[in-house]
Amino acid sequence: MTDLSAHSDLEHGGHEIHYDPEGCKIGFWLFLFTEVFLFGMLFIAFGVYLTGYKADFQASSAMLDVKMGGINTLVLLTSSLTMALAIRAVQVDKKGQSLFLMLVTIGFAVVFCVIKYFEWTHKFHTGIHLGSAETFGVPSVLTDMPRGQQLYFGLYYVMTGFHAFHVLVGSILIMVAMYYVANGKVNKDRITLIENAGLFWHLVDLVWIYLFPLFYLIK
Amino acid sequence: MSDHAHEEHHIMPIKTYILVWVALLFLTGITIGASYVNMYKFTVFTAFFIATIKVTLVLLYFMHIRYEKPLYTWMIVAVLITYGIFIGLTYADYQFRW
Repeated sequence: MTDLSAHSDLEHGGHEIHYDPEGCKIGFWLFLFTEVFLFGMLFIAFGVYLTGYKADFQASSAMLDVKMGGINTLVLLTSSLTMALAIRAVQVDKKGQSLFLMLVTIGFAVVFCVIKYFEWTHKFHTGIHLGSAETFGVPSVLTDMPRGQQLYFGLYYVMTGFHAFHVLVGSILIMVAMYYVANGKVNKDRITLIENAGLFWHLVDLVWIYLFPLFYLIK
Repeated sequence: MSDHAHEEHHIMPIKTYILVWVALLFLTGITIGASYVNMYKFTVFTAFFIATIKVTLVLLYFMHIRYEKPLYTWMIVAVLITYGIFIGLTYADYQFRW
């Protein structure tokens, strides 16, 4: 009588696992906040060094390809739209449409990673890397650059790398959501899993919205 | 607490999603355009400001915060205040080191 959770389990038929959409959602938001702090601390580091080495940061920023970054911004924003629409499709009970939209979202994620790959390898071939000549074909010129530029590219690789890793994890989450939407376990009455996958995907987008102008457009 | 009924979902029209997306693309264009204008001290600030508008749009519409309980908004406010404290402390430290 005093145990409320046991009571509500009985209401749901006793043996059925208790489904708590609100709890799932709040829990996932709390996880997202830890992600905000993870990237947030890197942004603070970026901000502090930007104040300290303004000229070096601007010179480094001019070395990035705005076109590549710009296209990747469009790709990520559009993928956020398709993901939001995929969730809406489940809300209105359109399973096929939702699966298609999630597939498109993953397609955009692949495009993003391919562009990122070309950006990084291009930088490696011009000698901006921390490895040896044997690994990347050319000796590192980064160690001879001014300290501010070393810091800039260090942060560039760490932050865009971390972000790309999140794109990868987000794609896996969307694939999991596709699996459960396909077999009907996620439907308009049990939507939390795809909603949370979507929230993660939008967070990846949010991080990029700050990353792009701060790295590419400060010259 | 007996809210074990189906969750209430606000279903937004597709048009809203498309409009938000168009606004995001438009703001991206403005950010890139603004980066070619020399605004001296305000370059970074402008980029940051426009990015914050974009982030707010994503939070409100794509992440549905506008239609969620106020609890979510307050959680986000708490995170922003905490983050603000981190920024303040870091810069206070940095002022006395450089």
